[in-house]
Amino acid sequence: MQRRSGLVLTLIAAIVLAASLPATAQETPRRGGELTFVVPSQPPTYDGHQEETFGLIHPVAPHYNTLLRVDPTDKTGTKPVGDLAESWTISKDGLVYTFKLRHGVKFHDGSDMTSKDVKASYDKIMKPPAGVKSLRAVAYQTVTSVEAPDPHTVVFKLKWPESSFLLNLASPWNFIYKADIIAKDPKWYETNVMGTGPFTFVEHVKGSHWVGKKNPNYWDKGKPYLDGYRAIFISASAAQVAAIRGERAHIQFRGFSPPERDQLVQALGNKITVQESPWDCLNFVSFHHEKKPFDDKRVRRALSLALDRYAGAAALSKITIVKEVGGVQVPGTPYATPPAELEKLAGYGKDINKNRAEAKRLLKEAGVPDGFSFTFKNRGIPHPYEPVGIWLIDQWRQIGLNVKQEFIEASAYHPMLKRGDFEVAMDFQCGFIVEPDLDLVRFVSTSDANYGRHKDAVIDDLYSRQARATDIEERKKVIRQLEKRLLDDEAHVAYTIQWNRIIPHSSKVKGWTITPSHYLNNQLDSVWLAE
Amino acid sequence: MLKYLTKRFFLMFPTLLGVAIVTFFLIRVIPGDVVELRMGGESGAVSQEMLAKERARFGLDQPLWKQFVVWVGGVARLDFGRSMWTGAPIWEEIKLRLSLSLQVAIMATVVAVLLAIPLGVLAALKQDTWVDYAVRIFSIAGLATPSFWLGIVFILMLLIVFKWLPPMVYTPFWQNPWQNMQQLIWPALAVGYRYSAVATRMTRSAMLEVLREDYIRTARAKGLVQKLILSRHALKNAMLPVMTVVALEFAFLIGGLVVTEQVFNLNGLGLLFVQAVAHRDYTLIQALVMLVSGCFIVVNFVMDIMYAYLDPRIRYR
Repeated sequence: MQRRSGLVLTLIAAIVLAASLPATAQETPRRGGELTFVVPSQPPTYDGHQEETFGLIHPVAPHYNTLLRVDPTDKTGTKPVGDLAESWTISKDGLVYTFKLRHGVKFHDGSDMTSKDVKASYDKIMKPPAGVKSLRAVAYQTVTSVEAPDPHTVVFKLKWPESSFLLNLASPWNFIYKADIIAKDPKWYETNVMGTGPFTFVEHVKGSHWVGKKNPNYWDKGKPYLDGYRAIFISASAAQVAAIRGERAHIQFRGFSPPERDQLVQALGNKITVQESPWDCLNFVSFHHEKKPFDDKRVRRALSLALDRYAGAAALSKITIVKEVGGVQVPGTPYATPPAELEKLAGYGKDINKNRAEAKRLLKEAGVPDGFSFTFKNRGIPHPYEPVGIWLIDQWRQIGLNVKQEFIEASAYHPMLKRGDFEVAMDFQCGFIVEPDLDLVRFVSTSDANYGRHKDAVIDDLYSRQARATDIEERKKVIRQLEKRLLDDEAHVAYTIQWNRIIPHSSKVKGWTITPSHYLNNQLDSVWLAE
Repeated sequence: MLKYLTKRFFLMFPTLLGVAIVTFFLIRVIPGDVVELRMGGESGAVSQEMLAKERARFGLDQPLWKQFVVWVGGVARLDFGRSMWTGAPIWEEIKLRLSLSLQVAIMATVVAVLLAIPLGVLAALKQDTWVDYAVRIFSIAGLATPSFWLGIVFILMLLIVFKWLPPMVYTPFWQNPWQNMQQLIWPALAVGYRYSAVATRMTRSAMLEVLREDYIRTARAKGLVQKLILSRHALKNAMLPVMTVVALEFAFLIGGLVVTEQVFNLNGLGLLFVQAVAHRDYTLIQALVMLVSGCFIVVNFVMDIMYAYLDPRIRYR
């Protein structure tokens, strides 16, 4: 009997193995080929330390490594793994981070990469020399020093423990540059490329394309799989879709709208693979706290209660790049709000009639008359601003408000928000890593991006507490308190619906995993092209 | 004639100065500035202190008149400065795109002239016959059809019928003529068709006018053959207004193919113009406007020379 069951088990194991073999064989990376991808924006300079557009990350990131990176296989895009760092330790008090660097890493000019280069790069980011820009100095205010005690060790010393520190070191912008070059000319990297990454620089024709070729001396032996890549700059979305449809490009790493996805799937059938993920970008409504009646939290709460986010998500996801209802963190990521808790927040309960009755009561209590009229300013960008704006107006109409929408040209939008020239406006935020510190800092009273101009010491304190919490569960608890204060008790802003990232790409593209950020996973070291 | 041309030549400079003044001050009326856009990025969080520092670096903290004087001084030395968005020299940004825009303009002009002159002459000769009606329908359709729309139709046709798309990256003609033509022939046809419609109608009406002149009647009375009347007397005189239209359209095409360039993803001056405006890249916008205005002014000057050559009344004035 025992022998028979052993035989059956062996047989099952053999079948499972046989079934899995072709798949495994299929997934064996193929070497060679040139990946062509579309970039809808362009790099103003080549220096990642001072830029903020994916137009730089997409073509330039494959030339560089960072100290840490976000695990390229992790769909949540929240797990730091070593890139140039092989391992690291954190002191018990959370104030000293010691990184051991990989051996045998060479710059594209053949010189060795050492801790001196990491230190020089971070010094440039944190304390840029006169005349050199760095957009991220503020993210490292906790760092007192970066030290390089030996060629393969880097030590970061902190003033206070910071939960987001490791992920901050995995920032895709923090390219490691060569120390000698920075010392000679800290602006050299604005117009030149020279890193340790999987691809070396070939050419950039402004407005047209960017080409990279395989680095034969890459430290991660066997990688990259591709012979090279070519980024084509295409601004018009119709031309981007045409490029994929006409197989002039394999992929566009930012994202397409649902109708564009459907068009490509219909035209190319199984030649297209679609990857989707909640996107670390979100539109929210900013209320100007110094303008009446939006200085009254009852009014702000009413405007949030009026929104049927669940029905809105179902309808809008068919036409634009929004899909899931979430709180202050991207759904499906470690600090995301559990659905049961989300439903307790104002405007997130599933009984919309009850919510709207409460909204009307609050408006009445605040002395806002039926048919009250105000202007909602929106950014003149088709996706998802325009459809989401129209949806908002319809929702507010249903509690008796008469809202006029005014579109402001995209380029003039930020200055308008900064001037505070609005009553109610569409605001947005897009992160490069899903991390509460990065996503919530704009709601701190002193933040330059606090366009609604609220002053809330409780939010400031909660932000600081979650940032310094070293225990994950404790941090989650503080984030939930902050979320309740921000979206419910004070309703400083009203979140709409989480963006949804849609990447329809050629089925030949393998080894690339979508994440919630279009700034991540662009090193291309593990990407390969099937036959 | 020399006096006439000298006068025309020196009139170009006040025109350019006028363009410079209007462009410089008008672009600054639009809300938003390059620094805010450049540093605001997608997340938008940047300190006022950082913005002030960056504005000072570009000289945007100086009074407007001072900025204008500095810029005009540079332009007088043919130094247009650097792009405020990319930091690259302006001339480098323009040079990259100029050859493509120039080639499309030339190809579209060739398409337009090849269509317009024979069709216009034919329509005039066969006035009020089916030939005339057919040409008029063809040209009115051309006027009514935006080039970018025709471009989209071309692309869809190529994609759906031939499962093929023109190359998305520009290859200079001298590097690979075949690939270059594969990319540029489609925009040249789309733009050339609309352009030919304007020129066809102008050729037809100019020919009709000339054919009714006394000297044509005299030539016919002398017994000259129709071919000679047309080529030696009618066409030469009818070409004056047609040349003006063709030349002005050509100048327009240098920087005016904004949407068509987007449809075909052509890295030309039109697209650069749009990007410069969207980025509020003042120095680049100013340089591009000066370039396009310069093209118009030079084309006009060349036309004045041509007029003087073709029309003895101007030559002997």
